[in-house]
Amino acid sequence: MRPIHSKITEITEESPNVRTFFFDTQFNEATPGQFVMVWVHGTDEVPMTLSGKNSITVQKVGDATSRMFELGIGDHMGLRGPFGRGFTIPRNDENVLFIAGGVGAAPIAPLADIVKARGIEGRTILGSRCCDEILFRERFACGRVDITTDDGSEGRGGFVTDQLAETDTSDYDRIYVCGPEIMMYKVFEILKARDGHVKTEFSLHRYFKCGIGVCGACSMDPEGLCVCRDGPVFNGGELEGSEFGHYERDSSGCKCRF
Amino acid sequence: MKIAGIELKNPTILASGIMGTTGAALARMSRNGAGAVVTKSIGPVPNKGHNNPSMVELECGYINAMGLPNPSYSGFCEEIGIAKSKTDAPLIASIFGGDAAEFTEVANGLLSSKPDCFELNVSCPHAEGYGASVGTDPDLVHEITASVVDAVDVPVWVKLTPNVTDITSIGRAAESAGASAVVAINTVRGMAIDIHSGYPILGNRFGGLSGPAVKPVAVKCVYDLYEALDIPVIGVGGITCPQDAIEMILAGASAVEIGSAVHDDTQIFETISKGIDTYLQKYGYSKTEDITGLSHEMI
Repeated sequence: MRPIHSKITEITEESPNVRTFFFDTQFNEATPGQFVMVWVHGTDEVPMTLSGKNSITVQKVGDATSRMFELGIGDHMGLRGPFGRGFTIPRNDENVLFIAGGVGAAPIAPLADIVKARGIEGRTILGSRCCDEILFRERFACGRVDITTDDGSEGRGGFVTDQLAETDTSDYDRIYVCGPEIMMYKVFEILKARDGHVKTEFSLHRYFKCGIGVCGACSMDPEGLCVCRDGPVFNGGELEGSEFGHYERDSSGCKCRF
Repeated sequence: MKIAGIELKNPTILASGIMGTTGAALARMSRNGAGAVVTKSIGPVPNKGHNNPSMVELECGYINAMGLPNPSYSGFCEEIGIAKSKTDAPLIASIFGGDAAEFTEVANGLLSSKPDCFELNVSCPHAEGYGASVGTDPDLVHEITASVVDAVDVPVWVKLTPNVTDITSIGRAAESAGASAVVAINTVRGMAIDIHSGYPILGNRFGGLSGPAVKPVAVKCVYDLYEALDIPVIGVGGITCPQDAIEMILAGASAVEIGSAVHDDTQIFETISKGIDTYLQKYGYSKTEDITGLSHEMI
């Protein structure tokens, strides 16, 4: 598909470095965790997981996202998607736990919306660097929300993994995780020690070129799965013994260790 | 079947640039039925390629300008080793350079990982100084091919660009320099523009067209090369089903490479090789070689 010419209809300042862009293009068929390729004209095209049917939530980290932050309501970007495999939607009788770090809350938030709408019991461990950067706390209000901040400015001082270590996860049927890969890998290790990783889904990030599972730039070792097509959401069992938590590849295909 | 110096498990080969970034991905395509696999094109130094968008599906196929991203030959030897340890399908190393010396440096640099064959990329349409920039000149193609053939002890294939007036003159240059086969075609130079913003869609502005739109171009190139050369022709361009592959073989292809069709069917190799077998049985042939170039005998 060609990029859909999409007009920015609203911009929400979520934190000093994170904004949500709303578009006049709706991806109604998208499942939580799926992504779109966002074409910032004249700059680059980057994958962004949908934070809503017509929104992406962006952290300013590089050329493309910096250029996005210069755009305003009425400006346009090109959107292709939705692509990839999203999260498994929980059944109404399942207990779910969300673990999100930083802007990693964005891909999980649409799932929390569904959980809240259906009255499913959902608990959240929501981490950020400081109190100003806590993302979407109101969208996760489908049950208890434990806030952690690296600097201790709100909630429990420390990381989501500190909170997780003290949390009994045996009652949860499904656990959903997104955040920096190091964080996710530590979550994976904690849950694996409890045999809970197979009921856990992780949303991964890799360098994408084509975004449609053809070029192979985002292939993961050792099975050669494409993060853009076979993921970006993977079950913990699929990630056992993989490159997850150890290394990724840059745009030239060179390995970069975490 | 032995084609152009290597023993293929079946006549379908993973084309260069598709799922060829890692050894694991190459092995996956072999598991999906590829008779051989070609790596992404490897060059002398690490290269991040062009900015995105670098590949977009259009109404008639795909347009791409990856820009030859690769980790260099020294960074890629390990991946070839992994691929070879995980599959018994032949591994063909696609390489590029700006001149004969660079091509030979890359080939020599990959030799320790023991590829079964080299495929010289003198045909990428959107990398300045590389690919088609050298592949449109018969003398340069001859010089590059001869240099690599001289340096390595495995077969050398040369992948040709269709973006020339007469592809057979380039094919003859490769053949006379010692190539074991030619591969035709690489993508057709093309461009797509977003009419709403006015921007060219690809980060590189223009690129190469692949998929169903280019198949008739590829069939004609294979037909002409089969007539002009004595070495085998490997057909590639727009093959998405057994019928496409058979058409290419009838035009003169000894085997076929498959690229963007992986998008719609990751088991495409198995689908096509089984379809070829069914066709051979239906029409009373015993092997693919029996129908290679058959259409030339019809007129």
